[in-house]
Amino acid sequence: MAADHDSVYEEFEGKIPLNLLDEVRESLPDKCNKTQLKKILEKVYAEYSTSMIEPGESVGLISAESIGEPGTQMTLNTFHFAGVAEFNVTVGLPRIIEILDGRKNISTPMMEIFLKEPYSQGKDIKELAESIRQAEFKDFAKEITLEITEGTLEVKLDMDKLKRVGLNEAALGKIMEKSLKGFTLKIKDDLMTIKSKTKGENISELYKLKEKVKSVYVAGIKGILQVLPVKRENEFVIITAGSNLRDVYKLDFIDKKRTTTNDVFEIEDFLGIEAARQSVINEVFKVIENQGLNVDIRHIMLVADTMTLGGKVRGITRYGVVSDKASVLARASFETPIKHIVEAALIGEIDPLTSVVENVMINQPVPVGTGLPELVSKKQ
Amino acid sequence: MDEEIYVYKKVEAIKFGVLSPKMIKQMSAVKIVTPELYDKEGSPVDGGLMDTRLGVIDPGLKCKTCGSKLKECIGHFGYIELARPIVHIKFTKLILDLLRCTCKDCGRILIPDEELKKTVKKSEKIAKSKTAKAKRIVVKETILKLKTVSKCPHCKAKLEKIKLEKPTTFMEGERRLSPIEVRTRLEKIPDEDIDLFGINPSVMRPEWAIMTLMSIPPVTMRPSITLESGERSEDDLTHKLGDVVRINQRLFENINAGAPEIIIEDLWDLLQYHITTFFDNNVAQLPPARHRSGQPLKTITERIKSKEGRIRHNLAGKRTNFSSRTVISPDSMIDLDEVGVPLTIAMKLTVPEKITEWNFEYLKEYVKRGPKVYPGANYISRPDGKKKKITEETLQALLEELQIGYVVERHLIEGDIAIFNRQPSLHRMSMMCHKIKVLPGLTFRLNPAVCAPYNADFDGDEMNLHVPQTEEARAEAEILMEVQTQLISPRYGLGIIACNHDSIGGNYMLTKMIEMPRTDAVQLLASVGIEEFGSLPDKEIVNGREIFSVLLPKDFEFTGKARDGTKVVIQKGKLKEGFMDSANLGSGSGLLIRNLHKRYGAERALKILGAMFRLGVKTLLYHGFTAAFSDTDLKTENDQEIQNVLKEAEHKVDEFIEVYKKGNLDIFPGRTAEETLEIKILESLNKARNDAGRVVSKSLDRTKNTLIMSLSGARGNIINLAQMAAVVGQQALRGKRIEKGYKGRTLSCFRRGDLRSNARGFIRHGFRQGLTPAEFFFMAMTGRDSLMDTALRTPKSGYLYRRLANAMQDMRVEYDYTVRNASKRIVQFSYGEDKIDVSKSEGGKINVKRIVESVMEGE
Repeated sequence: MAADHDSVYEEFEGKIPLNLLDEVRESLPDKCNKTQLKKILEKVYAEYSTSMIEPGESVGLISAESIGEPGTQMTLNTFHFAGVAEFNVTVGLPRIIEILDGRKNISTPMMEIFLKEPYSQGKDIKELAESIRQAEFKDFAKEITLEITEGTLEVKLDMDKLKRVGLNEAALGKIMEKSLKGFTLKIKDDLMTIKSKTKGENISELYKLKEKVKSVYVAGIKGILQVLPVKRENEFVIITAGSNLRDVYKLDFIDKKRTTTNDVFEIEDFLGIEAARQSVINEVFKVIENQGLNVDIRHIMLVADTMTLGGKVRGITRYGVVSDKASVLARASFETPIKHIVEAALIGEIDPLTSVVENVMINQPVPVGTGLPELVSKKQ
Repeated sequence: MDEEIYVYKKVEAIKFGVLSPKMIKQMSAVKIVTPELYDKEGSPVDGGLMDTRLGVIDPGLKCKTCGSKLKECIGHFGYIELARPIVHIKFTKLILDLLRCTCKDCGRILIPDEELKKTVKKSEKIAKSKTAKAKRIVVKETILKLKTVSKCPHCKAKLEKIKLEKPTTFMEGERRLSPIEVRTRLEKIPDEDIDLFGINPSVMRPEWAIMTLMSIPPVTMRPSITLESGERSEDDLTHKLGDVVRINQRLFENINAGAPEIIIEDLWDLLQYHITTFFDNNVAQLPPARHRSGQPLKTITERIKSKEGRIRHNLAGKRTNFSSRTVISPDSMIDLDEVGVPLTIAMKLTVPEKITEWNFEYLKEYVKRGPKVYPGANYISRPDGKKKKITEETLQALLEELQIGYVVERHLIEGDIAIFNRQPSLHRMSMMCHKIKVLPGLTFRLNPAVCAPYNADFDGDEMNLHVPQTEEARAEAEILMEVQTQLISPRYGLGIIACNHDSIGGNYMLTKMIEMPRTDAVQLLASVGIEEFGSLPDKEIVNGREIFSVLLPKDFEFTGKARDGTKVVIQKGKLKEGFMDSANLGSGSGLLIRNLHKRYGAERALKILGAMFRLGVKTLLYHGFTAAFSDTDLKTENDQEIQNVLKEAEHKVDEFIEVYKKGNLDIFPGRTAEETLEIKILESLNKARNDAGRVVSKSLDRTKNTLIMSLSGARGNIINLAQMAAVVGQQALRGKRIEKGYKGRTLSCFRRGDLRSNARGFIRHGFRQGLTPAEFFFMAMTGRDSLMDTALRTPKSGYLYRRLANAMQDMRVEYDYTVRNASKRIVQFSYGEDKIDVSKSEGGKINVKRIVESVMEGE
């Protein structure tokens, strides 16, 4: 029976997109026979053909409208609470602007770290989460005192915390020595004394040293500032504030297939442009969904494709996508017209008048939609 | 008839370039030598800036260069000879790069010969295969490399560092380079080398960046205006040019008189300033040139730049005739694809109609009635294009003149096509084509069902109406823009034009709870515009579902769900089960309407939708519908329950505060104690509000009108109702409780540091009970905040939209279903990965399930 069906499916492959065929497969009742299937597929094909986009359709503008129009309905409140009352996340219009601008430094980088079994069921979840977090020296210090007479810093260490990340005082000392040059370290039990090698220290120097020592990176993953294990449906997920995909992927207890970040550039850097494209789609879609709006995925795809067209993620700005336009007038009509005209004049640039605004400017039909077809007649 | 000969011309491309001094001289009609504009009699001075050889701006005068009159002569350029060369402000960066990267003695580019060949080859290759942008990037790299070279590889001359002292002074080490020196250096650069700087030698020579001649724009682009007092007021550009010419003449005189160097230098700098501000009056280091009133002059750059500039305002934005604008008001009795046009407008706007053998008599009648009797005509035009106005005096003569081939511009009549638009035009449904219906009154009338796509309401909104003037435009408008073609939104593939407000509430009541005598039902249906009552059951009392079913096609089958999950079944065009609400009728979902559209096409769906809309409205009209004060009545025990909930919440908040003050609060990781407290308080207060809402919805009578509005999805939700009946709830400012106002407190009636719920913006009364003064202020605060939010958001989202539209406007689907941009570059190999047009799909999908079901059932 199933083999029978396969031959029918094959017939329609290439005619109907694969995802539609799969959908037919799924929703097909068991009792369906070959002729019925054929009829179904023919009907699907008929409907598909009438639903196809028409050549010449100005899809770019439709997508721009579809994303731009609901923009007026989105909230501007930058900060909102995600899931649990924990992290700040940029949502709404500011987030959309941030993504489409192609900003390198986003305002609230975040990661969602999925875990492998058995950790995903909650095994050692707190410890795992804590081990990821970027830990600085100050996290392990119970107390830091300035010994002004001696010109030294005395630090009381929190041994429990150290143990939790698998370090002891000696190991900590080594790390500290590596990143602090020109200082001597003495460790006695849980007391660490830091002294500058140069003599004649004054108080302000010492104070500076204290601040410097506090922020020495000790353990965890750089850039992960906060961690939060959350139970989601039937598994535990670690949500982090701050993001470092490359280093997180080195961990062996994470589920690499699903772990992700909201930083598009990090994804581009580490996983490549196709992943970055998907990331743009996901991030934009997330915001729009979150705002209770309805925008078809195809529009977002087209925007993502425009942004990632050149193999690099570029924002929809005058430095990014718009600067690629072949037409001088199209660029000039967007922003900084004088600059574009002067530059064009120097190299004697030719505007081919192949896109929309230039033709609007000179009162000619635009080459999209019904402006596209031309009539050719033979001279007798 | 004579064969009409059309010559079609098309602009293929536009080439940009720089005018050479020679060219400036050759294209000039006159050399300007005097700053004076007019002589004593007020006529333009020869050789002045208003010289009649530059074009005409006065009616009646003729241009001395081309002999044409005003509006025919487009104007002619002139020139002045500058006493000393002047740096062109827009080229300073280019000059700097050139000076830095070429030798001051031999003029060659600072690349050694052996490397030069390679570089040239590379540059040529890029020029051939890549875009102008790619070339610019390479040029930038080259310049960056050469900046630091200190010895010429060709003649071994030692080079000093050259700096640009903004805006226009070049310094070599400590010495100032005069524009003359700069020019001689630029002259030395050979043509072969300048290509590497991204300059095309066929359109530009480096020395042209230093001006020796200046082009004077024609008077037609800087017309003077005559004030009422008879005084002439000159354009900003003329003022600026006057300065330039005056200083230039002074400089000439001083040089000829052999004045001391220092005076000449000063004048030279002044001339530089005037010419710089003539091109750009917004240069960072220069004070802008001003009018006597202190307002900065608008010179060339300001004319082109920004939203009000030439490009965006005049070139990319067009104005139209044959349009009108007035206030809109609703009329559900006209069809959705109609627009009611006031008679006065219908008599002003016209449609040209060509006289043929067949409509001669018919059009003659229009002309006979003239412009003052509706439906008449305002103009006739002869085949040679001459247009004549119809007036009482000319009427008789024109009637006799009228013959085949003439065009009559007649008044608008019912059924004419017009494009209706409301700003902001954010999507394509903001401009739709309607059929005109001439109505009394002074406002445009539209069916409330099309408010959604226009985002219009009737609180004073105005809309625009455009009347297409050619057959092609009308056809295109009708096929592409008519209301029925826009029923489905291309944004999400569901209906956007659908029932709303009263029509949903009316249909909900009708299909859920109303029964009436058959005679009344017929009356109701007739008022909706139904004339065929055969399908209404022949019994004494008919119910609402039967009345509603009359509108449906006889063979319509549908199963769906209402908002609350009730099954809705329609069999053979009869509503068997369930009732109508916003899930089936409303926009953004409107499944019933979506199905009708799929099955019977846009035209019929639109007709049914119009009837449904009217049915809902009329039902409410006949049945009566008021949001009464008593709708918010709660039963005593429910009221008590709500009070308990609130008390409990307040108590809980107090407890939290106490724990916090003792310092025993469980602090959330990554938060301070204060933040944790706030989160906990907010949580419990919100919970209280929601609990109260639940009690309200449980308590209220389901036949109360206010609740019906909410249940049917017509307007409002249950929370609004709870806010009226029970408790308004916590007012949030930027996602927090209200904390600003006075030092340490929100309002002066509270103690400092009071964290309790009522001191931080919790409104524990409902609107029905009334708010306390403090609560009222809290409400006003959040109200103001949300106003600000909207005010800030609009420009932000507007800019995002503009960027998106600008970046993506040239993308289109090709015949092979790839999406490409204007440079023919492939953006997507297959539109949306499956080539489906969202506006032809159902929510972006093809409903496979329905097809499977229909085939399986059909067998």
